[in-house]
Amino acid sequence: MARKLRVLIAKPGLDGHDRGAKVVAAAMRDAGFEVIYAGLRQTPEMIVETAIQEDVDVIALSILSGAHMTIFPKVLDLMKENGINDKLLTGGGIISEEDVEKLQKMGVGKLFGPGASTRDAVQYVKEWADEK
Amino acid sequence: MSKNIDKISSRGKTWLKQTEESSKNRDIKFITASSEPVELLATPDMLTDFDYERDLGYPGEYPYTRGVHSNMYRGKLWTMRQFAGFGTPEDSNKRYHYLLKKGQNGLSIAFDLPTLMGLDADDSFSEGEVGLCGVSVSSLKDMEILLDKIPLDKVSTSMTINSPAAILFAFYIAVAEKQGVDPGKLRGTIQNDILKEYIAQKEYIFPPEPSMSIIVDTIEYCTEHLPQWNTISISGYHIREAGATAAQELAFTLADGFAYVEAAMARGLNIDDFAPRLSLFFNAHNDFFEEIAKYRAARRIWAKHLKEKYEAKDERSLLMRFHTQTAGCTLTAQQPENNISRVAYQALAAVLGGTQSLHTNSMDETLALPSEKAVKIALRTQQVLAYETGVPNTIDPLAGSYFVEDLTNKMEQQAEDYFRKIDDMGGVIPAIENGFFQSEIARAAYQYQREIEDKDRIIVGTNDFIEEDEKIEIPLLEIKKEVEEKQIERLKELKQTRDDKKVSNALKQLEEAAAQGKNLMPEFINCAKMYATLGEMINVLKQKYGEYVEPAEF
Amino acid sequence: MSKIIDELTKGILEGNRNAIARAMTTIENEEDGYVRLLSNIYERIGRAYRIGITGPPGSGKSTLTNHLTKILRKEGFKVGIIAVDPTSPFTGGAILGDRIRMHDLALDKGVYIRSMATRGSSGGLARQATELADVLDAAGYDYVIYETVGVGQVELDIAEAADTTIVLLVPESGDIIQSLKSGLMEIADIFVLNKSDRPGAERMQKDLEYALHLRESDHDWHPKVYQTVANQGKGTEELWTEMKNHRSYLDSENHLVNKRDRRLKNRIETVIRQRIEFHFWDDKRKKILKNYLESEKEKLSPYLLAEKMLEKLLKTFK
Repeated sequence: MARKLRVLIAKPGLDGHDRGAKVVAAAMRDAGFEVIYAGLRQTPEMIVETAIQEDVDVIALSILSGAHMTIFPKVLDLMKENGINDKLLTGGGIISEEDVEKLQKMGVGKLFGPGASTRDAVQYVKEWADEK
Repeated sequence: MSKNIDKISSRGKTWLKQTEESSKNRDIKFITASSEPVELLATPDMLTDFDYERDLGYPGEYPYTRGVHSNMYRGKLWTMRQFAGFGTPEDSNKRYHYLLKKGQNGLSIAFDLPTLMGLDADDSFSEGEVGLCGVSVSSLKDMEILLDKIPLDKVSTSMTINSPAAILFAFYIAVAEKQGVDPGKLRGTIQNDILKEYIAQKEYIFPPEPSMSIIVDTIEYCTEHLPQWNTISISGYHIREAGATAAQELAFTLADGFAYVEAAMARGLNIDDFAPRLSLFFNAHNDFFEEIAKYRAARRIWAKHLKEKYEAKDERSLLMRFHTQTAGCTLTAQQPENNISRVAYQALAAVLGGTQSLHTNSMDETLALPSEKAVKIALRTQQVLAYETGVPNTIDPLAGSYFVEDLTNKMEQQAEDYFRKIDDMGGVIPAIENGFFQSEIARAAYQYQREIEDKDRIIVGTNDFIEEDEKIEIPLLEIKKEVEEKQIERLKELKQTRDDKKVSNALKQLEEAAAQGKNLMPEFINCAKMYATLGEMINVLKQKYGEYVEPAEF
Repeated sequence: MSKIIDELTKGILEGNRNAIARAMTTIENEEDGYVRLLSNIYERIGRAYRIGITGPPGSGKSTLTNHLTKILRKEGFKVGIIAVDPTSPFTGGAILGDRIRMHDLALDKGVYIRSMATRGSSGGLARQATELADVLDAAGYDYVIYETVGVGQVELDIAEAADTTIVLLVPESGDIIQSLKSGLMEIADIFVLNKSDRPGAERMQKDLEYALHLRESDHDWHPKVYQTVANQGKGTEELWTEMKNHRSYLDSENHLVNKRDRRLKNRIETVIRQRIEFHFWDDKRKKILKNYLESEKEKLSPYLLAEKMLEKLLKTFK
């Protein structure tokens, strides 16, 4: 049986704006991925535990609250702690170029800003998987 | 008449055929912002059944399609209301005093996310979000500071709060009583619209049934004690922002409104005692005519249902007054100055649609809280519209347009179709629990996105007319850690100085009232006065009602 | 390869969550070594009791699963959950969203949740679901709950993989029992009428009981109807008691052994069928089929072609 890419989509933070996360989930489903949709108000601990249990290839976070500089590093640390840092951590939100650079240095993958195309996101995940 | 229409119709068909054969269209899809196809030309045969008196009537007269007031903007321009709030109660209080001095007589309070979710500032889930997108209020103490030296009998206050609205409202009433102001004199609005939280904004706490019951408590309480207070601002804004089409925004919002009406009537309230205090809140999206048709249809549907289905007698019950905000989701991060013109067109649609008040977004809102200059431009946009364009001088100028009347009818039709579907599911709450609204909206949002990516829909600066190498400057969102620390410190102090015995008694009384199905408003006010916190009250009710979890349906 | 698999096995038996996760992926994708893996853990399975929960969309399956899991956890059991959702037939992708409703179990170390898409497997779902449950079984989980939407074939597969099958209905699903043809009616050991605080519940209960009364049964377990309001936890304790009743019924007179034997037999048959097919359709035979469709279909009947292709193989059976 062909290998299916499994992607975890989760939304940390208190706000309920899940439009972007849902649109990306639908686009990834239509690209043939299996999307584990964890939904709103996910803590870094919940995100990493889910990623372990579901053995996803990719963790994609939608962060609009401005808390990306605390959430991404925390998730990265927990991934290392749990021995799953071979997975890709990526995401989208309102993140300045400066912060994007900092996060990528830490080991976070590509981050998509407002107006980004879901096709680019799908393409990115596919290419990452091919290289792996 | 009908013979004439037949002639027009057959001639129209010939004309359309000739046009299609002889001319070539640009290579894009001609669809509305809601992905509906648009006619090349509107003709009189679209309105064969049109009856002026029945379908439009005169402004201020049933079915109010043309407007709720007889002289509309000649009597009073729409209210230019810009929503704001931030940081500690002290920060916001200073801002309110400044605005009042400048001649504004309405306050608009935005709360931070923890408050919106019914969490105290010292809750672990609040970490990092205290005072960020609005002001943090965890107890009566905070509300006292927020409203310090503001004459509550003279101002009108709008509070954007939903899940814990009744409790924040109780804080407000308690401050008024402490100021010696008769609650009967209080004027203002609480958003208090829980249904759209489940449908779109997702800031819910309890399951729908008990939440509805608390909302009816506020309506019942206001009917008796605060007759000038607007009890619910039934909101389509967030439904649209989540990706709904215009017809979905219209239908789901009005369905919510009718659900509130039915819930209050089921409590035994007289419709004419509370319906005049309900108002609506719509979005102003990009598609100019579609939006105008939406507002016109909304007024007509509301009036018809309130009169015919719910048998309201008081004319004020039939009037659908509404607030509008331009669509935040249409603003682009790319070439943000273009947003000024988007906002202007959207504002024009809202005014042509007869809005009672309007918030215009600032051009930089996609990226961060707006800068002062951007806020000013947004306000000036409204002023130019009001004073320079001449638009407000005549009422509902698009009435009678074949195109606009046809669109208005179609909007009404689509809404009625949705009402039937919702009824078949057993009403708004079962439809929420089945994930009906959520999946309809998610599907529309996805289609909209695909249209953009397929370039069936052009967004200037984003998928066409792109400026290569445009650097998007994202202003640093200042996370003010001091605000959080200050709020936590204040709570700590409060918990040390208040009378714990009184607090636990008041909370116990709240628990009992909830168990007995009593109106909770007097208990909230009592708890507030004993300085029980927002979180403490919410927790008592969580024990009883449980917490809501979304359906997993996509 | 086999070393990796054996290490994975060791991890599973130690209850290591990363190993469990990897093992499940290996099995789902039928990656190299998956047969060895399943054989390795075979002698360690059989302790976990397997429950199937199915019903139409919106009937509250995840919510009920959530509450039952909490009851099981209170009694000290470790619980594995396999949440099955359909794969889109058009794109091959899936959105698996059942975890949303179980978010308060997310950090409980005694709970393991795995989402599974039905993928293309016709008839293979029962086998794969069983195999994933085997991993959890070997890892020391006392209960495994399969949770799936009842649409067509899927719930039959899940019932096949479960020891006790619970079918969930809501007062609005009246038309389902109108037609007794529905597979849901046949597979239930216990019926649950969820959201029973909604109008129409009593009527639905009566209709359901009447339909069950009419149904012919060849064994002495008679499914009963239980009412719950899962989002408030109402009725779930009573349901749990009935589940224990069903378990003791199965334990008596070898019912459980028979059921599991049937499953084992089914599994052997499926493996053989799939392995034969897999090896049979090599490039040469695929080409023969292609040729036939392109140029020989007028001359030769499909039966004769099949006979011809099987000729050699059938000889070895004799």
